[in-house]
Amino acid sequence: MRRAAVVALLVLMLAPVTRAGEIPRAERRSGYDFMGPDTRAMQDDDTANPASLWVLEGEALWSRKVGPAGRACADCHGDARTSMKGVAARYPAFDAARARPIDLGQRISACRIERQQAPPLAYESRELLALSAYVARQSRGLPIDVTIDDRTRPFLEAGRATFERRQGQLNLSCQQCHDDQWGRRLAGNVVPQAHPTGYPLYRLEWQSLGSLQRRLRGCLSGIRAETYEYGAPELVDLELFLMWRAGGMQIDAPAVRP
Amino acid sequence: MLLAAGAVALAGVIVTRPARATPASMQEAIAKVVGAAPVTPGKVKLELPPLVENGNAVPLVVKVESPMTVADHVKAIHVFTEKNPQPNVVSVFLGPRAGRASVSTRMRLADTQTVVAIGELSDGTFWSDRADVVVTLAACLEEP
Amino acid sequence: MASALIRVPERARRGEVIEIRALIGHPMETGYRRTQHGDRIPRDIIRTFTCAYNGTEVFRAELHPAIAANPFIAFTTLATESGTITLTWAGDNGFSATESAAIVVE
Repeated sequence: MRRAAVVALLVLMLAPVTRAGEIPRAERRSGYDFMGPDTRAMQDDDTANPASLWVLEGEALWSRKVGPAGRACADCHGDARTSMKGVAARYPAFDAARARPIDLGQRISACRIERQQAPPLAYESRELLALSAYVARQSRGLPIDVTIDDRTRPFLEAGRATFERRQGQLNLSCQQCHDDQWGRRLAGNVVPQAHPTGYPLYRLEWQSLGSLQRRLRGCLSGIRAETYEYGAPELVDLELFLMWRAGGMQIDAPAVRP
Repeated sequence: MLLAAGAVALAGVIVTRPARATPASMQEAIAKVVGAAPVTPGKVKLELPPLVENGNAVPLVVKVESPMTVADHVKAIHVFTEKNPQPNVVSVFLGPRAGRASVSTRMRLADTQTVVAIGELSDGTFWSDRADVVVTLAACLEEP
Repeated sequence: MASALIRVPERARRGEVIEIRALIGHPMETGYRRTQHGDRIPRDIIRTFTCAYNGTEVFRAELHPAIAANPFIAFTTLATESGTITLTWAGDNGFSATESAAIVVE
């Protein structure tokens, strides 16, 4: 009896730290895999992918001089194809000045204010989306790799708590759909696993490119929960958790989704 | 008195129904293009996915068999729907310089319905193809 | 000008059928949607798209609100001579856009 208990304890200790309901690493699939062939074809061809329009605009904005010093992103960062490679894959990242993680859009806005001394770009504005799309594009094909250390861990756990917490009038947690019911259908659409590999992305429903924060707000609204304001710490913590959860998966930004 | 009150109460409620094409208005729109000429199924190939994830952007391809010579070519291709708010989708004008009669675009579908493509040939004849599409998330009528 | 992405082959053989693809940023507002206050959002669409080859129109499309936002169109044309292929979009509210590409035909 005692031996069985020790063995059981050992097995438990040695088992990978997966919580109940978590998707096993080997079973993780991108939202791309849940789409039909026509939507996938739209994403695969850069000349047909509507998100390319934002990437093109972002490329132009990268070289545009703004602010009193007349400084462009390119003046500090040079060619984005080299300097921005891998950047989107590691955001949200810890920002010492703010003592918390910030996402890619916030990083671009911060540079705009601090380094270019230019007016901030509004959340979900065309310019911010274009720059985000252009930067994210440079990480296409690379594995997601956010840094979890003593500084970011508390925010990861806060994000995880949000993911697991039942919310809203429908009293649903993200986990219930995206960990437990993925692959099943909700109102005619397949429930994906909710890995943010493709952001910012062109959502057919929006008829426009949008950020992960926009999508999260849409989901929260869908379960009739409080939709945090753009840039709210709750959203960024959740973004951090989702990116960590998708760690190692390939970025396919800017993607197309239904 | 009660009836009048009821009528007033109803008048305060405005039920707006979005305009909808019907098979009849689609026929009317087709007639505007073909006139009295008959439309024969054939020569035209309309490709649409049988089930779409979102009606906002549905890829469609229309091809018409034709040598595309000066003597024998496709002048135009017209696409119509039955149940969108308006029946016309797109009209493309080709000619012998097209090389091939083939056009590809993306359309909106407001409901599960039939889409019709009509090819107009240089000899004045009209040919057609139809495709049925199932739409679970409609376009046109969703709020922004 | 709105963002536009076109694909025209850089070179082709004389008489070859080439494919041209065009994507342009535009909401293609149908005129059927309403704001949350119930006001109708007016129609605002691209109405025509043309392709000119060294000045001669070789393709034209008339678009209606049923064409999806950020319209994409792909079509073919015969590579007849070297020169310039010009794509033009025009629509409601004075919308106008042009993109050109050079082609070498041997």
